[in-house]
Amino acid sequence: MSTSTEQLSEQLAATTLLRFATAGSVDDGKSTLVGRLLHDSKSVLVDQLEAVEHASRSRGQEAPDLALLTDGLRAEREQGITIDVAYRYFATPRRRFILADTPGHVQYTRNMVTGASTAELAVVLVDARNGVVEQTRRHAAVAALLRVPHVVLAVNKMDLVEYREPVFAAIAEEFTTYASELGVPEITAIPISALAGDNVVEPSANMDWYGGPTVLEHLETVPVSHDLTACHARFPVQYVIRPQTAEHPDYRGYAGQIAAGAFRVGEQITVLPSGKTSTITGIDALGESVDIAWAPQSVTIRLADDIDISRGDLLAPSGDAPATTQDIEATVCHVADRALAVGQRVLLKHTTRTVKAIVKEIPSRLTLDDLSQHPNPGQLVANDIGRVVVRTAEPLALDAYADSRRTGSFLLIDPADGTTLAAGMAGESFATAKAVSVVEDEEGWDF
Amino acid sequence: MTTVAHVHDSTDNPFALSHLDSLESEAVHIFREVAGEFERPVILFSGGKDSIVMLHLALKAFAPAAIPFTLLHVDTGHNFPEVLEYRDRVVAQHGLRLHVASVQEYIDAGKLRERPDGTRNPLQTVPLTEAIQQHRFDAVFGGGRRDEEKARAKERVFSLRDEFSQWDPRRQRPELWQLYNGRHAAGEHVRVFPLSNWTELDVWQYIQREKIELPEIYFAHEREVFARSGMWLTAGDWGGPKDTESVETRLIRYRTVGDMSCTGAVDSDATTLDAVIAEIAASRLTERGATRADDKMSEAAMEDRKREGYF
Repeated sequence: MSTSTEQLSEQLAATTLLRFATAGSVDDGKSTLVGRLLHDSKSVLVDQLEAVEHASRSRGQEAPDLALLTDGLRAEREQGITIDVAYRYFATPRRRFILADTPGHVQYTRNMVTGASTAELAVVLVDARNGVVEQTRRHAAVAALLRVPHVVLAVNKMDLVEYREPVFAAIAEEFTTYASELGVPEITAIPISALAGDNVVEPSANMDWYGGPTVLEHLETVPVSHDLTACHARFPVQYVIRPQTAEHPDYRGYAGQIAAGAFRVGEQITVLPSGKTSTITGIDALGESVDIAWAPQSVTIRLADDIDISRGDLLAPSGDAPATTQDIEATVCHVADRALAVGQRVLLKHTTRTVKAIVKEIPSRLTLDDLSQHPNPGQLVANDIGRVVVRTAEPLALDAYADSRRTGSFLLIDPADGTTLAAGMAGESFATAKAVSVVEDEEGWDF
Repeated sequence: MTTVAHVHDSTDNPFALSHLDSLESEAVHIFREVAGEFERPVILFSGGKDSIVMLHLALKAFAPAAIPFTLLHVDTGHNFPEVLEYRDRVVAQHGLRLHVASVQEYIDAGKLRERPDGTRNPLQTVPLTEAIQQHRFDAVFGGGRRDEEKARAKERVFSLRDEFSQWDPRRQRPELWQLYNGRHAAGEHVRVFPLSNWTELDVWQYIQREKIELPEIYFAHEREVFARSGMWLTAGDWGGPKDTESVETRLIRYRTVGDMSCTGAVDSDATTLDAVIAEIAASRLTERGATRADDKMSEAAMEDRKREGYF
């Protein structure tokens, strides 16, 4: 076997997939970092580089502008800005990556929310010369709010501060303290120079005081699935499969993607919102019959009893079923250009269920820069984050977003034209705690 | 202070899905969402590898029941005969219903005019969008992948099109979590891309894992070709070669399958899936860069066509 064939079979062996998002303003060097990750993992191919070189020359630039690799739209190239989230793909022998490349400065919050909603890791870039700034706090707050399990602080441009450890240590300490208070579970700080290539893919020869991984090494080794035993098992029914053919006259299966936890044959389940119970008699995992299946597998579940179950219902273990409610308190990020106001009628999409709803209250609006709360703003506009109270026309089996990103999240949709108005996260968040303390401070007469 | 990373080996966790299993599960979820939320979905099926993988995923998503979608093929009139034969065989094998929108019929009826360069790929947009309106399709599955091209990298999994099938990349809905918003007004439709997050290599590895049959032109074979714009095009009635171009027999294979007038072959001796995968993994050219003439027309060729309703 030649070396290249060996490398190839190693590269093609079973690998896992990590979805991650980058956050950083233009000047922090995000494009350079993304460009270097793609380039050094050999994910930029010759014709793409040639196209970039050609386009850069025709714009009168001397060096190839790596941002042209990622700015895919005519308007983006013309204006030299990134308008919208784009997804990039690269691979190493150890793992495949999907990178949500979120623009730093246009319509900032909703783009990062979009990228972070499916990310298992977020890279927050900081310029070593500037340290933790308002923008950094905003990045950390969004990552915390969306409950991205792993956050990497990449302290960039270390070459411009003579690769000095104290500069890095001070920034890492300040960021870690701030992000931990917001509830970010795991923070890894890495000193890098994206331009010079220090600690991005190759370990730096300039920072021997640093003993941790490079950015790529960390991306390759961070765990991608969580402890299933700690998750409440949830299965939103997407579609009922009933072939009614001679071969399968009685087959009735509930198709869906397991949202959290694991399901086993023989387990007793409860159907929500009806509350009926049954037992799992079979799990079909895309053609294979299995005894156990877990998130995020797409499967078909068969039950012992022929009960009324349809799209939008939720199956959960009978001993661990969520309560149903028609009154939802949540933190939302407003993503549309038109406002969301108290009294507005909306549609709420939660897992596979879409119901009518009305916005009863908007108790507070959050300022991400300093996490201050503004009570009763009346409405939320584009990129606002706020607390809302929503009343739904039908009961929903909602978990707290803190317990399950999948069954604790929802969309608010404008029924008139289908516009997605807001991204919702049910239950408590740091946006709640702060609001309560502000109210207590203002009242003050209790003591 | 140095923050130490918690290093885990990804293979430690028995509940971690392989990347192909993750992509498969996500694609199946997308098919089922469309089946649950739309009235008249259709799968664009060309007989190319991406649409073949889409069909395979759809079959798995609804097994043991039949897939609840029909198929639509936009036939440019310059398609490879082997691919059309494959298309018809697969349709019959699974008892599917196929709609064909024919570019040739549009040209014969005087509704479309042949381009001076003979390329028919851009002409597909009109028959495609008219077929969508005529059959009132409200969800149209395409095999587009975001790794193919930088305009496609901006595409949503659920992508709303207006009554003229137009794509406005600056007015796309944010795509949050796995909560796909497919709401649309009468006359509008949603383009759905279940393979959004797949790369060319993922598609080939999946074909290998699932033992999916492909048209023979994806594997090395001897064929009469001629050189045009740095690519090997198949000689044939469609209009090549011109007097100044000469035909030769070469050992080639196709990396993509589209209209004969703009899909180039690559020199290759890869006759098996293993060899094809090794060749792609080592290739320093992207799939479309190596084989598509129409993408080279301008920096924004794909974006411009997509805006008009092309896939």
